[in-house]
Amino acid sequence: MFNPEIESMPREQLQQLQLERLKKTAQRVYENVPFYKEKFKEKGIEPGDIKSLDDLQKLPFTVKQDLRDNYPFGLFAVPMSDVVRVHASSGTTGKPTVVGYTQNDIDGWAELIARCVAMAGGGKGDVVQVAYGYGLFTGGLGLHYGAERLGATVIPISGGNTKRQLMLMQDFGTTILCCTPSYALFLAEEARDNGIDLINGPLKAGIFGAEPWSENMRKELEKGLGIKALNIYGLSEIIGPGVSMECECCCGMHIMEDFFIPEIIDPETGEVLPYGAKGELVFTTITKEAFPLIRYRTRDISTLTEEQCECGRTFVRMDRVMGRTDDMLIIRGVNVFPSQIESILLAIGDTEPHYLLVVDRQGNLDNLEVWVEVSEKMFSDEIRKLEELEKKLRHEIASILGISAKIKLVEPKTIPRSEGKAKRVVDKREL
Amino acid sequence: MKVQQISVFLENKSGRLATLTDVLGKAGINIRALSIADTSDFGILRLIVSQPQEALRVLKDIGFTVSMTDVIAVEVQDKPGGLAAVLKVLNSAGINIEYLYAFLEKSSNDALVVFRVEQVEEAIDLLTKNNINILKGEEVYKL
Repeated sequence: MFNPEIESMPREQLQQLQLERLKKTAQRVYENVPFYKEKFKEKGIEPGDIKSLDDLQKLPFTVKQDLRDNYPFGLFAVPMSDVVRVHASSGTTGKPTVVGYTQNDIDGWAELIARCVAMAGGGKGDVVQVAYGYGLFTGGLGLHYGAERLGATVIPISGGNTKRQLMLMQDFGTTILCCTPSYALFLAEEARDNGIDLINGPLKAGIFGAEPWSENMRKELEKGLGIKALNIYGLSEIIGPGVSMECECCCGMHIMEDFFIPEIIDPETGEVLPYGAKGELVFTTITKEAFPLIRYRTRDISTLTEEQCECGRTFVRMDRVMGRTDDMLIIRGVNVFPSQIESILLAIGDTEPHYLLVVDRQGNLDNLEVWVEVSEKMFSDEIRKLEELEKKLRHEIASILGISAKIKLVEPKTIPRSEGKAKRVVDKREL
Repeated sequence: MKVQQISVFLENKSGRLATLTDVLGKAGINIRALSIADTSDFGILRLIVSQPQEALRVLKDIGFTVSMTDVIAVEVQDKPGGLAAVLKVLNSAGINIEYLYAFLEKSSNDALVVFRVEQVEEAIDLLTKNNINILKGEEVYKL
């Protein structure tokens, strides 16, 4: 364990710590974030009303739309001069969702990731290949600083370039691989096809996340790479990867409760559900300085369990994310909302676009095909112009979503409509 | 002097052309000329028909994406160098041809070539001045 004092702290003591931190956070957002002051007032609550952890339920929820409404820095609780880094994810209307970190936030995040890498059996002397994307996406830099904190050797290779990934993995003796599980499967397959033996090499563990996966994929990864495959969870709004992570027992992901308070709610009523119930995950950050969030609705569906884990950690565990309460898709680790595609089509002048996102997994890589019904407005009787349209759509999607998609122009009424509302997504992936 | 051509978006899947021609047939619309331009995923069907407005309406009614495009129908002498003579005139004025397709005229010894250019009026003027015969829309629809 990287931080046994915290990670295996008796629950009573942990809850006391959470309460103190929650009070401070509530006070800070009330004083420094006008949005929260107003929200608290609407609810008729003041930070001083928080006397126990149960009082958390009295606080208002925060949703993704609130982040958009306060773009770019409206929800920051510190002056910009104290913000040392920002990350962002692609937005639904062209504007991204922005999150900020103070130096303390960055240090705290590194601590969390250090715990995660330690859960995967990592430590000083390990070689950690970070094949998550570096940049605005939190995956790459998040893992990077945490692995360094732990004292491991980091290979900051970022995503893509499979040949080089495999070459460095062999030459540098990578022991822990961090990437999306689908990319890890792809690497395993490429290694096999090129006669590279990873199974008997130094690689011992994988920290896989940023997209949903399954126990079947775990088996395949463990067999194909000769490793222990572990699930990491996170979202940029809360901090990035490292909100929770599986230990070697593989029985759910330990939520870093000294940083975040989890709740499960009924997505319809907002009512808090007991441990074991399936519902929407909600997090309150209790240490973050730059971008604290109160009861942030993740839209991820999961369950929580309080039962103590054999590993000795006392943190509650969350199950694999079982789905979403909205229509978000995760493709190659990138969050995609159908409405993003819609806004692109609206921007090219189509007033009522009909489109369908078809997601498939070919080999081990996700493929996105966007079907667009050719309206009279888009139609030209010259092939060249239709091909230009395809190219433009492909380019816009790549620049806004950050992933490549194949555009398929289809005839009107090709895309099924159900009860007046068009179906926007066909997900053929079997995880 | 312009001819109205119907352009239809077609996905490359079986039966689409059959459906389309069946609808036109039932509406009593005769196809005078046609051409298809295609890529691996889709095609554009271009048609000269007996009643363009009516064809536009019936095809829209059954859900095709259709547009009307002005083209020029030029009579080209059916002999070696016939088409070259016409192209030379257009080229000399810098008129770029988007596409063209030919069909045989039953009533004469000439061939008919349908031209799609950006500058339709300019091309008509130019060809007329060079004594190249251009058919009126009504003449083509009746062929």
